[in-house]
Amino acid sequence: MSAPPPRLEFRDVARGRALQARLERAVGRAGRPITVMHVCGSHEQAIARYGLRARFPDGLRVQMGPGCPVCVTDAPEIDAAVALARAGVRILTYGDMLRVPGREMSLEQARAEGARVEVIYAATQAVDIARAAGEPVVFFATGFETTAVATAAVLLAAPPPNLYVLSAHKWVPAAMEVVASAEGSAIEGYLAAGHAATITGHGLFEAFAEKHRRPVVVAGFEPLDILAGLVLLVELVAEGKAEVVNAFPRCVSRAGNRRAMEALLRVFEPTDGEWRGIARVTGGDLRLRSAFAAHDAALRFASELAAAPPAIERPDAALCKCGGIMTGLLQPTDCRLFGKECRPEAPVGACMVSSEGVCRIWHEHGLGGAASGEVAS
Amino acid sequence: MCLGVPGRIVEIEGTSAVVDFWGVRRKVALDVVDEEVAVGDHVLVHVGFAIRRIAPEDLAETLAFFEAMASEDLEGLEAGALRGGTSAEGT
Repeated sequence: MSAPPPRLEFRDVARGRALQARLERAVGRAGRPITVMHVCGSHEQAIARYGLRARFPDGLRVQMGPGCPVCVTDAPEIDAAVALARAGVRILTYGDMLRVPGREMSLEQARAEGARVEVIYAATQAVDIARAAGEPVVFFATGFETTAVATAAVLLAAPPPNLYVLSAHKWVPAAMEVVASAEGSAIEGYLAAGHAATITGHGLFEAFAEKHRRPVVVAGFEPLDILAGLVLLVELVAEGKAEVVNAFPRCVSRAGNRRAMEALLRVFEPTDGEWRGIARVTGGDLRLRSAFAAHDAALRFASELAAAPPAIERPDAALCKCGGIMTGLLQPTDCRLFGKECRPEAPVGACMVSSEGVCRIWHEHGLGGAASGEVAS
Repeated sequence: MCLGVPGRIVEIEGTSAVVDFWGVRRKVALDVVDEEVAVGDHVLVHVGFAIRRIAPEDLAETLAFFEAMASEDLEGLEAGALRGGTSAEGT
């Protein structure tokens, strides 16, 4: 058991202070309030966990966008998985999907009724479980491009015939397009997620930056990664430069991981789809191509899905503000359910379920790290 | 779910590897990593798949980048070729 090299820890306090000071100067030089958006639950977690938000200068607002795959999985997609589970089909999924409310119930509630729902942490486990099972096994596959690549790789590696994929995979760049085009959006720059960009490459954002005249900075997930990314982003905003900058070179290249992108595009094709609470996103969903129809749960279990009774929405769901929060128009504290009817143990909206959801993060860390500082204290 | 975790390869067998994550070892698929990897390499792992080899020089470059920013060494920053991200282009 060897210790990791200390170089992988990007949390040095002195550097953090220096970056904080530089961020303050950059916002000061701009001479006006600046709002930027990050598009990743892991960024929000780091901002909250290390108390960064308390250290952001006055005049800088950092919003979380549609960066939580669990949160944007649409209720009917959950309903489909629940319907199959209740029809007796064995369901495998990632752990954070369990408690996401469908319109009527979550997978966890279906499991409490006796349905077979199992948690996996790696896509490869779905193959192992299907091989051992002999009966049909459905992998309810969710997540953005990074996770979709894993599902694609599984389907390309001659999986057992009894493994079916119910895809709720989503393509983040399509949602950034929706957010940037939203009327009333005050977002002047975007901090893109390093891990997704590891797959897609940061070159993908060049057309976006040019079209919307907004800079994009790709950043990693350590406190220093985020501070450095924000410094670059705010400086670009202040200078009016709509450039794409890679501040995560240890993982991201311009072209990305071509092998992974090739796998993704061989297995999935983009299609229009609903993002929970946000909008119908053009090209925002990833569905299985017809070449993989033999493993498509939506086809194999079409009759079970059609036979499921229509789900009835719980009454307080209409009050949920997840959509406005994920498009950067509102903050969790603008929702009257936040911390009251909607809590991690009894979530109304998906943003309170996932450890990557902004409401859950704010609930656990005291308003998104506005309370205390660790790195830059 | 989105969490990518860096770890170090301790064993390779065919298209899978054993990766050490701060003392926890897991089997990791190498199907989509886009470079040759060897025992001792660091990789970024996502839901059971290595998605990127983390080159030691890239680690050093990132640290130099923080150093340059922290010291307001703007020339150093430009020289670091981070703008436009030419640093790891084509990999």
